[in-house]
Amino acid sequence: MSEIEKRAPSPKQSRRPMPEQDPKRRARNFEEVALGYSEEDALAEAARCLSCRKPTCQAGCPVEVPIPEFVALVKEGKFAEASQKIKENNALPAVCGRVCPQEKQCENGCVLGKRFEPLAIGRLERFVADYEREQAGRQLTPRVSRLASNKKVAVVGSGPGGLTCASDLARLGYAVTLFEALHEPGGVLVYGIPEFRLPKDIVKSEVEYIKGLGVEIRTDAVIGHLFGVKELMSDHGYDAVFIASGAGFPMFMNIPGENLNGVYSANEFLTRANLMKAYLFPEYDTPIARGKNVAVVGGGNVAIDSARVAMRLGAEHVYLVYRRSLEELPARAEEVHHAGDEGIEFKLLNNPIEILGDDSGRVSGLSCITMELGEPDASGRRRPFEVVGSEFVLDVDTVIMAIGTRANPLIGNATPGLNLTDRGYIAAAEATGQTSLPGVFAGGDIVTGSATVIAAMGAGKRAAKSIDAYLQQPRP
Amino acid sequence: MFSILKKEQLADGIYQYTVEAPDIARAAQAGQFVILRLDERGERIPLTIADFDAAAGTVDIVFQVVGKTTEELAACYDAGGALLDLAGPLGRPSHIPVGKNVIVIGGGVGIAPVYPIARAMRDAGNHVIGIIGCRTKDLMIMEDKLASVCDKFITTTDDGTWGRCALVTEPLKETLEKRQDIDLVVAIGPGPMMKFCADTTRPFGVKTVVSLNCIMVDGTGMCGACRIEVAGETKFACADGPEFDGHAVNFDQLAMRLRGYVEQERLALDHYHGGEACQCQK
Ligand SMILES: Cc1cc2nc3c(=O)[nH]c(=O)nc-3n(C[C@H](O)[C@H](O)[C@H](O)COP(=O)(O)OP(=O)(O)OC[C@H]3O[C@@H](n4cnc5c(N)ncnc54)[C@H](O)[C@@H]3O)c2cc1C
Ligand SMILES: Cc1cc2nc3c(=O)[nH]c(=O)nc-3n(C[C@H](O)[C@H](O)[C@H](O)COP(=O)(O)OP(=O)(O)OC[C@H]3O[C@@H](n4cnc5c(N)ncnc54)[C@H](O)[C@@H]3O)c2cc1C
Ligand code: SF4
Ligand code: SF4
Ligand code: FES
Repeated sequence: MSEIEKRAPSPKQSRRPMPEQDPKRRARNFEEVALGYSEEDALAEAARCLSCRKPTCQAGCPVEVPIPEFVALVKEGKFAEASQKIKENNALPAVCGRVCPQEKQCENGCVLGKRFEPLAIGRLERFVADYEREQAGRQLTPRVSRLASNKKVAVVGSGPGGLTCASDLARLGYAVTLFEALHEPGGVLVYGIPEFRLPKDIVKSEVEYIKGLGVEIRTDAVIGHLFGVKELMSDHGYDAVFIASGAGFPMFMNIPGENLNGVYSANEFLTRANLMKAYLFPEYDTPIARGKNVAVVGGGNVAIDSARVAMRLGAEHVYLVYRRSLEELPARAEEVHHAGDEGIEFKLLNNPIEILGDDSGRVSGLSCITMELGEPDASGRRRPFEVVGSEFVLDVDTVIMAIGTRANPLIGNATPGLNLTDRGYIAAAEATGQTSLPGVFAGGDIVTGSATVIAAMGAGKRAAKSIDAYLQQPRP
Repeated sequence: MFSILKKEQLADGIYQYTVEAPDIARAAQAGQFVILRLDERGERIPLTIADFDAAAGTVDIVFQVVGKTTEELAACYDAGGALLDLAGPLGRPSHIPVGKNVIVIGGGVGIAPVYPIARAMRDAGNHVIGIIGCRTKDLMIMEDKLASVCDKFITTTDDGTWGRCALVTEPLKETLEKRQDIDLVVAIGPGPMMKFCADTTRPFGVKTVVSLNCIMVDGTGMCGACRIEVAGETKFACADGPEFDGHAVNFDQLAMRLRGYVEQERLALDHYHGGEACQCQK
């Protein structure tokens, strides 16, 4: 450390690079791609921070992590304390440090970015959270503000939104039960985001932390079927309910051949691979098609994740078929870069028109048409149109549809009086999460549509605050 | 964990388990199913709720040994043991009419899921005609139980070793020819049997409901593994079904999709037989 202090740290220095697994090697294994900072990396990077009195980074973070404070602790080598500091606002730093789109959030606001490279806030966040977990052991600091409040809250869905709300309410002294439809808590963190971007052990340990705060987790509990939202309050003694059930309903293109064997939604493909560990088949029972040539349709982070998983399952060619150009590709630049390094082939300005099958009903090809970009539309994006006569067939045996998800209608249908938007999402006030039903709050993807981990956490936080306010009101 | 209270072999390769699951038992309705998982490495498999008792807090499942998971369940899980996961009740409940004439048909292990439906139909004041059938006498299950909730009851076997020597479609056709007042037919069993039942009722214009056993993962509408074409539109069997209009289902597609993993299923079973996967001492 003294070595580094002697070298006068300058913000002009470029940021410390993230050590990574070699692309050739990692394209065939499920181990984490980014290896994480060493202590030396972390100290050197933290030294670049100007400890701004009016930090512009913090406002970019949806949960307002106290960035200068935690970075100052890193500078002093107080890594576990830094992690604790972050946890005042963010219960899942090891997750956020890995998957937040920092370049659009905290790091986008960092003043260093104006003239140099912004501080690597996410990498530091990841480092201190990992340090605390691995080196310092868990320190549970449930800061219960009102002991034994004897009020109960039900949280539906254990993704980042539900986990955050549950953890905040538990720390306020409420008895919280988290109901999760699947057999494992974590939401997209366990079924969607692959192991090599977010190791499942980390999610598990975050979930353990939240359990340690006294949150009861009930898996295999499909709300709307097992219990109704209103029955949770009328029959099971919950004083309030927070719904964070995500936007997990997969969309298809409605083109011919979509029901052939070998066609997956990204959700199914990723769930088989991640949650069910099909990449370890037959050690694990759930099978998955290990395609030789795989087409992934779409251009978002979910498409990139699917493509990278397909590569790791042993594909020879993985094509990302996207109807616009690289410029419009909505996936994070870093992930696009990673995917490219791993050998994913980008088929840009191509749109699928039909999936072809063989006699046994298996995929034998993907018929596409070439697109060209026209004038920008209302959203400012250039609208693609088909080039007449440009049809061609991509030789693939597996097709993964990663063209987006919608709200699962289950809870909405099962809860009379719960107002939905015209697109099927739950209507809830942004600042409070309040829905049309008294005592029922909602947040995360089920309200906004697919967004980000940290946005769902922000919604969970705001809901916890307003649920607390609601429950502290004197009522008849 | 969900305790197994009772295990019974009903026929060759067909077992019935009574599982302690008070919340599911309270919420369950006829036509719904559960998804179970045996252990950490296990697959999630859907099974219809064959009976439920809210007072006792139990649900029954009846399954046929066809592959790795069902074989392991039958071989290694006894009364006193427990299932790691049991999620449910899933799917839409059967639509139960009131005061109508209905025919319920069960084929093979499909006899089991028909029972709660027939019972609910009877309780709602419908006139229930039951037809159940299977290949041979040794595979016949739940005859008395089903008979007890039917006003009229017919048993068939393909080989004539028990009941009438016929396919279930024969008494179905005769009944439809004899009586013009049948309002609804519910048929559950192997895909081809449901298809033939639907083909039989089509000329009579009698509404026919079938329950589809598509391959599933989550069972809540999240993955789309269970998709199937009905009336030219893709539906999710777990969320939109499992019951659909038998005259509109693309049965060929169902059969095709059920073959999606045959190779892997064989591999899984071989691995299970060869490996140390089974820890029990039997
Ligand atoms: C493949 C993939 C990659 C992504 N990558 C990133 C990334 O790198 N960075 C980022 O910020 N965001 C990413 N996202 C988006 C992010 O994961 C989501 O925006 C976020 O998880 C939403 O959180 P949530 O709490 O609203 O819901 P979810 O995480 O969707 O969790 C909802 C939970 O509710 C459960 N549930 C649903 N219905 C019921 C019910 N009826 N009863 C009980 N439980 C129910 C579900 O099983 C699920 O566990 C990614 C998404 C996907 C799919
Ligand atoms: C809603 C529903 C209700 C069902 N109810 C019953 C029941 O009451 N009793 C019963 O015996 N069976 C029932 N099934 C079928 C049962 O789920 C399968 O037999 C079981 O999954 C086979 O698992 P396995 O590992 O033993 O065999 P596998 O080796 O995995 O498969 C053997 C055959 O079973 C079918 N199958 C495989 N995986 C699934 C899956 N996830 N979902 C559905 N079918 C699959 C395939 O056709 C396959 O060829 C039902 C299926 C569904 C969808
Ligand atoms: S939670 Fe995400 S956005 Fe906020 S500081 Fe951490 S990495 Fe940045
Ligand atoms: S804006 Fe940048 S330099 Fe200033 S405190 Fe935040 S991270 Fe440090
Ligand atoms: S089983 Fe996943 S959507 Fe039906």
